Amino acid sequence: MFLLRKAGFYLVALWAALTVNFFIPRLMPGDPVEIMISKLGQKGPVSPETRASIEAMLGTDSNQPLWGQYLDYLSGLATGDLGVSVTFFPASVSDIIGQTLPWTIGLIGLATIISFLVGVGLGTLAGWKRGSWLDSLIPVTTMFQSVPYFWLALILLFLFGSIWPLFPLNGGYDVYNVTPGWNGPFIGSVIYYGTLPALTIIISSVGGWMLGMRNMMVSTLSEDYMLTAEAKGLRNGRIMRRYAARNAVLPSISSFAISLGFVVAGSIVTEAVFSYPGIGSALLQAVGGNDYALMQGIFLIITLSVLGANLLVDLLYSVIDPRTRARS
Amino acid sequence: MTLTTQTADAVPADTPVPSKKRRIALPPMTGKLAAGLIIGGAIVLFGLIGPLFVQDPSTVSDIGLAGPSSEHLLGTTQTGQDVLAQLAYATRGSLLVGLIVGVLTLILSSFFGIVGAYAGGWVDESFSLFTNIMLVIPGLPVVIVISAYVPDKSILLVSVVLAITSWAGSARVLRGSTLSLRSRDYVLACRVAGEKRWRILFVEILPNLVPLLASQVVFAVIFAILGEAGLSYLGLGASGSFTWGTMLYYAQNGLALRLGAWWWFVPPGLMLALFGAALSLINFSIDEIINPKLRNQTRAARRGWRMSKAQLRKAKESTL
Repeated sequence: MFLLRKAGFYLVALWAALTVNFFIPRLMPGDPVEIMISKLGQKGPVSPETRASIEAMLGTDSNQPLWGQYLDYLSGLATGDLGVSVTFFPASVSDIIGQTLPWTIGLIGLATIISFLVGVGLGTLAGWKRGSWLDSLIPVTTMFQSVPYFWLALILLFLFGSIWPLFPLNGGYDVYNVTPGWNGPFIGSVIYYGTLPALTIIISSVGGWMLGMRNMMVSTLSEDYMLTAEAKGLRNGRIMRRYAARNAVLPSISSFAISLGFVVAGSIVTEAVFSYPGIGSALLQAVGGNDYALMQGIFLIITLSVLGANLLVDLLYSVIDPRTRARS
Repeated sequence: MTLTTQTADAVPADTPVPSKKRRIALPPMTGKLAAGLIIGGAIVLFGLIGPLFVQDPSTVSDIGLAGPSSEHLLGTTQTGQDVLAQLAYATRGSLLVGLIVGVLTLILSSFFGIVGAYAGGWVDESFSLFTNIMLVIPGLPVVIVISAYVPDKSILLVSVVLAITSWAGSARVLRGSTLSLRSRDYVLACRVAGEKRWRILFVEILPNLVPLLASQVVFAVIFAILGEAGLSYLGLGASGSFTWGTMLYYAQNGLALRLGAWWWFVPPGLMLALFGAALSLINFSIDEIINPKLRNQTRAARRGWRMSKAQLRKAKESTL
């Protein structure tokens, strides 16, 4: 029953996301189809099939009713046809997404997980030893959190890229010396180039996890079962980890899902600063070149990824906290 | 739906039954709160009256890119525009965005969160479904896509779009608290006493939600200002406006970073960070009202008990 409810919710959310994606270009002023077709025309002949798929994505002034357009759009999506990109002509939108998505998932995914683990760990300690130096560190990390991602990225670039050239200024790997693939130099280069962007994300997001975890720890410590655990004479480490932290981490996990949306948003800007070859940079290039098909496609993929990640966390949550299953 | 576990106990269990003489719960004046109010107030004041004292921020002079001097306190941009003047107007612009989004978020989130939870039944179900869907659809990509289609944007349009994509989180938190409040005994008593439903909502329930509302609005303002800055930095902000984000955008395009022109790109970012930190500090104090467990036994409180250092250490050991 619980799983059915969840599945139902995500189906509705998926439908809502698809519909938002369908209506945004149709409600906006101007005629994106004509702009795109004329841009495509400059690069080569436009086949009728291309025209049809663009019209299905972006809306059309032809006399087809809105319902027919909607069905066309959905069937186009079902076959994975997202149209052709203008900016990267003649690559198809799905190809571009396929090339850029792994970069973003690698960078953002890893950075977010590291930040979550570090933040929750530090928050546990800060809540456990209230009033210690770690606790007074929290306002500092919160300060970092209110620093905009991209500004922190700019400062880090300025310091470690220009003044002390420790890290490269932009890009995802060393384009001249290594070849992409599963070889040592390439992976090393990816890690080297990804350090500064990842560091930016970690520094600016770790404060939120730390504060949330610390506050939940403080609340949990005053529960009765904590007193019981102490009365039983358990070791401090065991009380902290098995009794307090385990319960206090639950809200952090559920807000992990919600935060993913914000992380994706922040990463678009971060990628722009570092010219990282991820999906955020592709989105911005699409916006810059009025490449509406690519833009819609990327928006769709970002939304679907966030939805998918939310579903995963939700399922995981129902395993670690059985109360959520019992209540529904 | 999973969040309700967290939010249900965010409201103190022993919320006082509202008496005839209402006691307004002002946060105790701690160092954090004072620092937040002073920094935040100073920035707001700068945004309000700063533009009156500086030159026109768009005036171009042939001085070019120059560092701080007595004539231009924060130096000039590539085209000789005064950075301080730009900063003053940018502060006003960013604060305006924060204000609009804050008000809109307050309205939207209390409508969908509080009214929905209080009404119950299918209204609550549908409102909560809508809120959750808005929550999982990532905001900034929507804003970027919409900005890409609209070439001429006003600050108002950007703020409205930001508000529409960011109210859902607050609504969910408010719904959790309202659900726990509406089943309290004192609310049931009011209903038995024949109070009108709207009166119960506005006079009995709403006052208990004020701290939570305040903290949500403060969060909304931070997110709005940061979001607008990111958008403007990408060149997708309101056209022809001055905000902290547009300043950074022009600094980036003017190669301020490569030229080492720190006086150009550091001040707007620093203002963003300071204002964000000030609002967070204010929020800390509000949080301590919402959740009294956070308030007790901090180091500051222990100091207030006039204990010596040795006594403090002893007390700490005994609580571990």
